[in-house]
Amino acid sequence: MSRPRSVRQSMAWLHTWSGLVVGWVLFAIFVTGTASYYRPEISHWMRPELSAAKPDPAAAATRAGAFLQRTMPDAAGWSIKLPNAENPAVEVYWWRSFSGPFHHALLDPASGERAAVRDTQGGDFLYRFHYELSLPPLLGRWIVSACAMILLIALISGIVTHRRIFADFFTFRRDRSAQRGWLDAHNVMGVLALPFHLMIVYTGLVTLSAMLMPWAVQTAYRGDILRYYADAGIMIAGRPPAGRPGAALPLGEIVSRAMAAAGESPELVMITHPGDAVATVTAYFEEPPGLAHLHPQIAYDATTGVELGRVGEAGAATRTGAVMVGLHEAHFAAAPLRLVFFLCGLMGAATVATGLVLWTVARAPKNAAPEGLGLRLVRILNLGTIAGLPAGLAAYFLANRLLPVALDARAEWEVGAFFGIWVLAAAASALYPRPKAWSVALTVPALAFLAIPISDALTVGELRFLGFDLAMAVLGLLLLLAARLAGRRAAMRQPSRANLHRAAEA
Amino acid sequence: MNTSPVGAHSGRARAYRLAVAARVLLASVGGYGIAALASALLALISSGTRAEAVSTALIASFAIMAAVVIWVFAAGTVGRAALVLGIVAALLTVALWLAGAFQTGGAA
Repeated sequence: MSRPRSVRQSMAWLHTWSGLVVGWVLFAIFVTGTASYYRPEISHWMRPELSAAKPDPAAAATRAGAFLQRTMPDAAGWSIKLPNAENPAVEVYWWRSFSGPFHHALLDPASGERAAVRDTQGGDFLYRFHYELSLPPLLGRWIVSACAMILLIALISGIVTHRRIFADFFTFRRDRSAQRGWLDAHNVMGVLALPFHLMIVYTGLVTLSAMLMPWAVQTAYRGDILRYYADAGIMIAGRPPAGRPGAALPLGEIVSRAMAAAGESPELVMITHPGDAVATVTAYFEEPPGLAHLHPQIAYDATTGVELGRVGEAGAATRTGAVMVGLHEAHFAAAPLRLVFFLCGLMGAATVATGLVLWTVARAPKNAAPEGLGLRLVRILNLGTIAGLPAGLAAYFLANRLLPVALDARAEWEVGAFFGIWVLAAAASALYPRPKAWSVALTVPALAFLAIPISDALTVGELRFLGFDLAMAVLGLLLLLAARLAGRRAAMRQPSRANLHRAAEA
Repeated sequence: MNTSPVGAHSGRARAYRLAVAARVLLASVGGYGIAALASALLALISSGTRAEAVSTALIASFAIMAAVVIWVFAAGTVGRAALVLGIVAALLTVALWLAGAFQTGGAA
């Protein structure tokens, strides 16, 4: 970059290197984020003890309130996710301060006690991993955001590089050479889902914008973010605690009032300063039809049950931001559209993966020359991430079915299986002989995914999980196909290399 | 894709690496800095209510950062990129001062 070059050359350089440095983390974010489109389905499958019921939200709220009163009466806040047809359990959180820790339990709506269900994080683990990487929340979010910004840069520079973007779309020269094939695959995946890629990365950044760019709130609101949320129509303004105790109504009473006021059961109720004389209960309702991620809310006084206020109407800019968050989460999408989002997410992961492989293929030694250290490192990290992460994912699901149900700290063991198998698969792939490495490394997760429906059939075996099991089998078969393709490509390359040798000797 | 003569001469290779490092540093620090200043300013001068202005600033900030980063890598030399970024940052700071961002308790 020391001498003047064309903008397109600069952008090609930028695309190559920005994509490489964050590629492995991006792949993991794309895979776990894509899985999160089916977070409820994953959680259902991982908690087979819970079955759909026709719960009474008001009674469940009262029982959950009693549980939280016993557990932490002096909490800064409680949150209760009420049961519905989709989610039969009551999910409660409680915390002493907003900086955490946030305690969590699943309750049986009928008894108000902890539900008799295997200990697991379910789909929440994958969801949280996709923006926190299992690191301390703040650190993880900043790292993921930095990777997202670099991806945005890689996308823009990639678009500038491919000026023939429309022609590239119809170009797939699989048989020309390995490098051409990978380049075309990378372009097809990248261009086909380009609107999705741009959307998902930008909306992801907007989702975390208040943390990443606090400066607007700093100048306009002197850093008072809650006041901004209240003004913008995102939340209802809170009340400071009175510091003297108060006798709260049973929560079910307030939930009944909320149901009468809104004509539907709230999705979630949040209690701030429970036990205080000015405790507030806020009822959050499901998002109305549309793209925006804006929950209607009504706040009630916890002791009198009097309505305190409703969330304000969001303006155009706030609504635009909320639509971006809504697009990212795709809660609005019914089954067919959700499948499209899922496939686009897979294409995002495939774009990253083909780009990473392309980097090594383009730099592969031309003859039998040994690989340099950098090339070897990238190749092994590619194997360890692209083939290793799916192995870890399959292990996470398998552990859910195969670990003893009453095992101590079972949820941690499941997460341990995810990371343990991922690291093992990555370490093993460093030892595979180079020509066979991809086919062997991909066969491992393929077999593991195929084992999931079998282990489910043997341990739980319920018809309602057939869809999930089929999806796992399809993933396993796709990985098996990829392993076979990689094996065939390696086999095809061998004779041509022999020819090269002969030519060199001649 | 790498057209520069890395390895041709160790001194030139080092100069090349330094230039790349300088550009990466300028793009990340400068990109975030300009985006932060612009976002702080937009929150004060955008149309609509105060909350709407903040929402606009939050949404726009990442596009601003991306544009700055792309521009730093497309610019002819690092020095020129640094100079232009410095001028833009200074102008934004003056505008922020004029908009009253540095008065204690002013805007709130």
